[in-house]
Amino acid sequence: MQPTLPPETAAEPESFVLRLYVAGQTPRCMRAFANLKRICEQYLTNRYRIEMIDLLLDPALARGDQILAVPTLVRRVPVPVRKIIGDLSNTQRVLAGLDVSVGAA
Amino acid sequence: MSSGLHLAEVLFAVMQHSHNTGASVRAIAKSPTGIQGLDEITNGGLPTGRPTLICGGAGSGKTLLATSFLVNGAKQFGEAGVLMTFEENSEEIASDVASLGFDLPGLVEEGKLFVDYVRIERSEIEETGEYDLEGLFVRLEHAIRATGAKRVVLDTIESLFSGLGNANILRAELRRLFRWLKDKGLTAVITAERGEGTLTRQGLEEYVSDAVILLDHRVTEQVSTRRLRVVKYRGSHHGTNEYPFLIDRYGLSVLPVTSLGLTHEASVERLSSGVRELDQMLGGQGYFRGSTVLVSGTAGTGKTSLAAHFADAACRRGEHVLYFLFEESPHQLIRNMRSIGIDLQPWVDAGLLHFEAERPSRAGLEAHLASMYQHVRDFRPSVTIVDAVTNLLSVGTQNDVRAMLMRVIDYLKVSAVTGFFSSLTPGKNESEETEAGISSLMDTWIVMTFDEVDRERRRAIRILKSRGMSHSNRVHEFALTDHGLRLTDGRG
Repeated sequence: MQPTLPPETAAEPESFVLRLYVAGQTPRCMRAFANLKRICEQYLTNRYRIEMIDLLLDPALARGDQILAVPTLVRRVPVPVRKIIGDLSNTQRVLAGLDVSVGAA
Repeated sequence: MSSGLHLAEVLFAVMQHSHNTGASVRAIAKSPTGIQGLDEITNGGLPTGRPTLICGGAGSGKTLLATSFLVNGAKQFGEAGVLMTFEENSEEIASDVASLGFDLPGLVEEGKLFVDYVRIERSEIEETGEYDLEGLFVRLEHAIRATGAKRVVLDTIESLFSGLGNANILRAELRRLFRWLKDKGLTAVITAERGEGTLTRQGLEEYVSDAVILLDHRVTEQVSTRRLRVVKYRGSHHGTNEYPFLIDRYGLSVLPVTSLGLTHEASVERLSSGVRELDQMLGGQGYFRGSTVLVSGTAGTGKTSLAAHFADAACRRGEHVLYFLFEESPHQLIRNMRSIGIDLQPWVDAGLLHFEAERPSRAGLEAHLASMYQHVRDFRPSVTIVDAVTNLLSVGTQNDVRAMLMRVIDYLKVSAVTGFFSSLTPGKNESEETEAGISSLMDTWIVMTFDEVDRERRRAIRILKSRGMSHSNRVHEFALTDHGLRLTDGRG
C-alpha cells in the first residue's frame, strides 16, 4: 500500500453487486458459490454483495440477464455488465472476468 | 387462400389413396405444417413428438419454414408454439414474416406463441470451470408451460458454438436437449446452417435423426431457384425428389408432382378446337376436356392463330380462358388476330378471357410456376393457354422446364382444366428435339409447318398423336384467311 495517494483514488472503493444464477443445489452450483465467496472475501473485502438466484424457483428471471449456462455469475455493478460462466474454479480468470486488479489485495 | 386449402385437401386425398393401396407401413403420428405441398410430400407433416432438422445455406428459407410451422400450428391446428431464436430478435423476426401475413405479436398476445430471443455475446463472457446449459432448459420449460406449447422451434441453435467456447460441453448438452424435447413429446424443428460436405456445420444430423429436410437456394445464370428435399424421414413414406418451392405473398409453398398415381378422372367431353376441319381431323369432335395439347412448329407457322381459335371457341361457349403470353403484348396479339377475322377484345371486355403477359426472363422458373398456379387458382379457367412454353427455356435447362411443365400439367389435370401449349421449333428444320422432352406429357400433339414446295410456300398441319381417339394421319394443307385458319385440301 502506498501512503501518498492522490485524493480521487483514495476515495471510497467501488462496490460490486454480483448475481449468481444456479439451478437447484447441485454440487457444481454449491462449488461455484463457495469459490465466489472465497474470492470476494479475499479480494473485495467489505465491498461486495452477492445475490443468489435459483432458476428452478424463478425461471422467468433467466430471460432478463440472458442466462443460458449454469452457473453464471453476472457483475451488475459496476457497469458494464459482465458474465462469467462455470464453477469459478480458476481464481485468476474470475478476477479478470470481474475486472478486479489483483494488486489491490 | 381457401381455394388453395381446398386444393391441398384434394391432393392429399389423392396421395392418401395411392398410399393406402400400397404396402402397409405402421403409420407414425404426424403434425401438419400447413405449408402447401410439404404436407403432401411428407404424407401428413412432421413426425409428432420428435425433432426435425431443417438445414440449408444462408437465405435458403429455414427461418421462414420454421416460423410457418409455428404460425400455422397456432392458427390452423390449435397447437401453441415456442420460438427460441438465436440470431434475430423478436422484432426482426416479426417484421421478416409480416410481409407473408404472419402477425407474430398478435399471436404472442393471444398466448398462442412465445418468442424468446437468446443472445449470446462471446466478448462479454468469461468461462472458468464446468457448466451446463440448464439455463436454456429452464427458459424453454418456462415458455412451454406459459403457452401449453406442442411445437418448438430452435433457430439456429448452432449459433451457440460461436458464442460458447467449450464444444464438448455444447455437444453433450445438445444431445441432452434433443432427448429432453422427445421425452416431453414436443414436435420440434431445429434449423442449422449447411456445412462443407455435411448437412450441418456442427454435425447436428448425428443427434437429430428422425427427419431431415434440406433447403437449397441456387442462382444459375442470374436466375434463382429454391428447392426442398426430404433427406430422411424415419418410419414414413416420403417423396425423395428435389421439389421447387416458393416464397411469395402467400407464404411458403412446395410444388410437388401431386398425382403420383395418375388418378385424375379423364373426361369424355369434347371441346372444339375452333377450326371445324381440325375438329374433323380429331375424330370429328375436337380435343378432350381436361386434356393437354401441344402445338409445335417453326416461327410463323400459325401456332398462335390456332391458340386464338381455341380461346375464341371457349369464350363463345361462355367458358373462361387464361392466356399466358411470353412473346408479345396482348394488344399486339389481339390486333394480329383481327387480321384473320378473330376478335378477342369482346371476350377480354366480358371478363371471359384473361391475358397474363410476362417476359420469361423477369423471373425464375419457380416464380413462373407459382404465378401460373396462382392465376389458375384465382381465375378458375376451363382453358389455359401457354404461348410459348419454349420461351421458358431461356430461364431454365430443358430438364428443369420439363419438370416444371409436369407440375403445371399435373395441376391443370387435377383441376380439370384443358391445357394448350405452343412450342417454337428452333431453326428451319423440323427438329423435334425440343418437343421430344415435353411431348410425352401431352395427350395431343399437333405439328404445323410452313415449307417451300414447287417454289411455293405452303402451310401444313398434321396430328402426330392424340390419345384416346382415332385421328387423321394425313398432312393437311391450310391457309390463314380473313376468316381464320382454313384447310385448303378439301375435307379433313
